[in-house]
Amino acid sequence: MADAVMTGLQTAGIDNAKLRRLARLRVGDSTFRGLTLAAALTVLLLLGGVIISLIYGSIPAFSTFGLEFLTTQRWNPVTEKFGALAPIYGTVVTSIIALLIAVPVGIGIAIFLTELCPPWLKRPIGVAIELLAGIPSIIYGIWGLFVFAPFFQTTIQPALIALFGPVPVLSDFFAGPPYGIGILTAGIILAIMVLPFITSITRDVFDTVPPVLKEATYGLGCTTAEVVTKVVLPYSRVGVIGGIMLGLGRALGETMAVTFVIGNAHKISASIMAPGTTISASIANEFTEAVGDLYTSSLIALGLILFVITFFVLAAARLLLMRMNVKAGN
Amino acid sequence: MATLGNSAVSSPAAQALYARRRRGNVVLLTLSFAATIFGLAWLVLILAALLYQGFAGLSLEVFTETTPPPGAAGGLLNAIMGSLVMTIIGVVVGTPIGIMAGTYMAEYGRHNKLTTVVRFINDILLAAPSIVIGLFVYEVVVAPMGHFSAIAGSIALAILVIPVVVRTTEDMLSLVPNTMREATAALGLPRSVMIQKVAYRAAMSGIVTGVLLAIARVSGETAPLLFTALNNQFWSTDLNAPMSSLPVTIFQFALSPYPDWQKLAWSGALLITFTVLALNIVARTFLSPRTSK
Repeated sequence: MADAVMTGLQTAGIDNAKLRRLARLRVGDSTFRGLTLAAALTVLLLLGGVIISLIYGSIPAFSTFGLEFLTTQRWNPVTEKFGALAPIYGTVVTSIIALLIAVPVGIGIAIFLTELCPPWLKRPIGVAIELLAGIPSIIYGIWGLFVFAPFFQTTIQPALIALFGPVPVLSDFFAGPPYGIGILTAGIILAIMVLPFITSITRDVFDTVPPVLKEATYGLGCTTAEVVTKVVLPYSRVGVIGGIMLGLGRALGETMAVTFVIGNAHKISASIMAPGTTISASIANEFTEAVGDLYTSSLIALGLILFVITFFVLAAARLLLMRMNVKAGN
Repeated sequence: MATLGNSAVSSPAAQALYARRRRGNVVLLTLSFAATIFGLAWLVLILAALLYQGFAGLSLEVFTETTPPPGAAGGLLNAIMGSLVMTIIGVVVGTPIGIMAGTYMAEYGRHNKLTTVVRFINDILLAAPSIVIGLFVYEVVVAPMGHFSAIAGSIALAILVIPVVVRTTEDMLSLVPNTMREATAALGLPRSVMIQKVAYRAAMSGIVTGVLLAIARVSGETAPLLFTALNNQFWSTDLNAPMSSLPVTIFQFALSPYPDWQKLAWSGALLITFTVLALNIVARTFLSPRTSK
């Protein structure tokens, strides 16, 4: 078949050199396509590799402790008894604190940017928020440790203790000496870190609300507050939740900023002002010093737990945002 | 009708409702304004602390001497060098893979299932905890080799570069108008030539932005280097040995009890932050004339 075409082309006045060049182009074409396909598959392989290597690395820990690994909080490198409950607890609680602060603030900034802000100020504020996202996490850590924690210890924590001390249940949450570092401090630093992510996604989904909907509501005589709470938020709810989940994914896995200010104590305290630890902080602090296979494997098992949690949170976030995109007609 | 309307507006109940709605509006708008001030205040506070503390310790020695033992004078030369070396290798390895994968997604498989899956997985990798990538590289590279090395650190950084570049490459190639592709095809050129000679050129500024953002991201990364490249107190260019880097040095020095080390940590923090912020700003100006109006 190909030969027939070639002879056909040759009779049409195309010489052999040109044909060879054409063939070379064709080979180059399929090679290039193959390379791009291989690169795309590499992305999948990376994720698969991460999961497999973490499972493989955590086998010793899980086969020694079984599911008890997830439910006990002892962490004793000397007797080689390990349980992940304290880091899991710390990870979840710091992330919840972070979201409690960052979600209202993030949505507030998004409302300001989309409804209130004069146009000339939109871009500078947007860039500033994104610069906040660009600051490396270790900078938040060093700032948190040397600037924020001392201020927190001398000013905010005594005030909180005085404020909640007489209240029956809350006094347990805010009990203990003001160390400056601890679960609450880590939660606040995390809040600052995830704020830009939540803000920029919320702003983007607010922008997808069709102007005609807002104009119609204003036309009815509604105030800006009513437009936001009754039209913009209901319309973009799915996307906002997606953005919050994305922020949660960041907060759960954040390492360096937390490691500086959490205090690295493997215990669960009722007080959120007490030192604690998170999964990522435990790994960062202890991995290079871990002696013995079981210790290393327990830390890798912690990494696996973290990865599984963040995977599901991020996957949920992506699915929600994809739904929002479909709604916006992209 | 008119009288009914008038009485409805002027009745005391309607007046009260109107006042309440106005108050609600003022409260929400004030809160959103306060939230913006609150959010921006952190950026100002952090940058102010960095400038104040960082410049206090910044001197020529920071760039010309290696990291000192506690109590002695020294600089960050080996850490700066190590960061440069590993970031460059990471970007050089990660960028082509990322661009190729993004090319497949935007040019060859724009609407197929594989692209949807890769995009989904890539977005997860983009936000996955970087410390987990460190663990992965430890398992796959450091453990078999038997020792920490700059190679392992570079690989970890390359893995972090890939998703950023994939994302921007795909987005930017998708913006290239199809008429340009059709015009090239009408000339009889194969698809690969079209992509390399036309699509890449049209999307160039966007792709460069992606690479710059990737550099900005990895140059501040600490967690994946902790147990891949480890750290090195001394000058070393051996890729097969542990290598110092700015973020890891900051981590070690900031948590130490020695004032000299803490001072150097602040100087290092200042250097990293301004490198990263400068890269971010350059990347944005690269992009701005085309896509973000």
